[in-house]
Amino acid sequence: MSVLVYTENWDGKFKKLSFELVSYAGKLAEMMGTTTTAVTIGEVTDDELKLLGKYGADKVICLKSENLKNLDSQLYTGAIAQVAQAEGSKVIVIANNNSGKAIAPRLSVKMKAALGSGVSQLPLNLSPFTVYKRAFSGGAFAQVVLKTDIKIIALTQNSFDIAENNKDVKIERIDVQVDAPKTVVKDVQKQAGKLLLTDAEIVVSGGRGMKSPDNWGPIVELAELLGGATACSRPVSDEGWRPHEEHTGQTGKIIAPNLYIAVGISGATQHIAGVSGSKYIVAINSDKSAPIFEVAQYGIVGDAQKVLPKLVEVVKEIKGK
Amino acid sequence: MKILVCISHVPDTTTKVKFVDGDTKLDTNGIQWVINPWDELSLTRALELKDDASTGVKSVTVAHVGNATTEPTIRKALAIGADDAIRVNAEPADAYFAAAQLAEVVRKEQFDIIMCGIESSDYNNSAVGGMLAEFLDIPSVSAVSGLKIENGQAVITREIDGGKEIVTVPTPFVAIVQKGIAKEPRIAAMRGIMMARTKPIKLYEPVAADALTESVKFELPKPRAACKFVDPENPKELITLLQNETKLI
Repeated sequence: MSVLVYTENWDGKFKKLSFELVSYAGKLAEMMGTTTTAVTIGEVTDDELKLLGKYGADKVICLKSENLKNLDSQLYTGAIAQVAQAEGSKVIVIANNNSGKAIAPRLSVKMKAALGSGVSQLPLNLSPFTVYKRAFSGGAFAQVVLKTDIKIIALTQNSFDIAENNKDVKIERIDVQVDAPKTVVKDVQKQAGKLLLTDAEIVVSGGRGMKSPDNWGPIVELAELLGGATACSRPVSDEGWRPHEEHTGQTGKIIAPNLYIAVGISGATQHIAGVSGSKYIVAINSDKSAPIFEVAQYGIVGDAQKVLPKLVEVVKEIKGK
Repeated sequence: MKILVCISHVPDTTTKVKFVDGDTKLDTNGIQWVINPWDELSLTRALELKDDASTGVKSVTVAHVGNATTEPTIRKALAIGADDAIRVNAEPADAYFAAAQLAEVVRKEQFDIIMCGIESSDYNNSAVGGMLAEFLDIPSVSAVSGLKIENGQAVITREIDGGKEIVTVPTPFVAIVQKGIAKEPRIAAMRGIMMARTKPIKLYEPVAADALTESVKFELPKPRAACKFVDPENPKELITLLQNETKLI
């Protein structure tokens, strides 16, 4: 039995996403009347591993091998499958992020386990095992029955609230023997210390209504004041006004922050597809009939150039800056 | 070098979807069908690589799992510039079933690089590419935003949290691609559309494979509360509302 949850670590550290995954797996294990085992790959300290126990893991397995330093989809899949077999896991929970998407489908074939991805809730039913997932790029949700004995759930980031559930966690470290990786990393270009758009709970986003890349100052300032990240619509990244990593929408990043502030964004279907998972949406746009107001809970009809600086001043005031 | 691009046939991305039969099936009435956006970008990049003689890419094939009604989508891919196409004559019951069919195509035809979009815009499973690679027991690289061929070796850019990595893998491999792989999707020119009529579409009958999942019901997103409008002259009201009602600021 047991629910297995794969928790990625970032240079030996976990983050909120990891705790969401463990909280989800813990609750699911309760529903199923079983225990939760977390597995991670790399160098992680005991103190850090114990954090997973705080959110409901009964056991944490830390795998280590020189050959698992970088993500190799085949090797990671093999390593996780071995743990799942040894633990007799019936459900495997994994993040629906870059690395989760690299591993989960392979694991599905390796273990002949049905995969439900983009899941945003606990299963609606255990028999038949029915998950609730995003479909049609946010245009709908689907109830999907996972028909196999072993199931895999790829959970959407920021869709499940973390909940403390202290367990006396057992730590197990395994030095695994794996083949040399076929994926060879030649170079890494990484910006350290920057809040990732996918991790941000507040996102301030600008669209074509900002008129020029020179007008981005107040967007960046507002995001900083709110402890959030900046994003943009597709035309803005296509024009090169902002970096491509900021493009949010169907073909860009799909995010689900608590608060999404859209400034000068009309809200084309493809843009909404990337942000419809946000808990609250605020829209500032000069066109009252812009579709963004159909999905926003709060709106200001006005010129972003004029409204935004005032908004920044108000936030400065309340933040005491 | 031979490239295979796997294409999915999806509703136009601006479609407001509706469901029928007690919300168990997509209402296909009036839907315009297109090549899945990420697959279209994959095809564009594959053709760019073929256009550059130094890459040694000799052919670009598209493969699709679907019944005869999806042929216009395949013809579109041929019009854009694919050399030939393969259609597995089956309704794709789920991602596992579709990947099993594509695996059989790759086993029979042999390709060096197989490109799949990161997800299809209808079921958003992000599954077929990785599943296909596992069926074939070959490497896969996910979150691919760049693909070059240098001295006969594929050099891949993949997105990681906070940046990117440049990686190599031996062929054959599956590249699971996303934004950045090509700037704009290539559009079919009149000459391409004329030529597409005579390009071959090879038909495969499906191999036996299970579907591991079944979509039993669909629902539309719950309507959000009506937008509360705030006076543009008084943005402080907005912040007060956010403080009191969302408790996020």
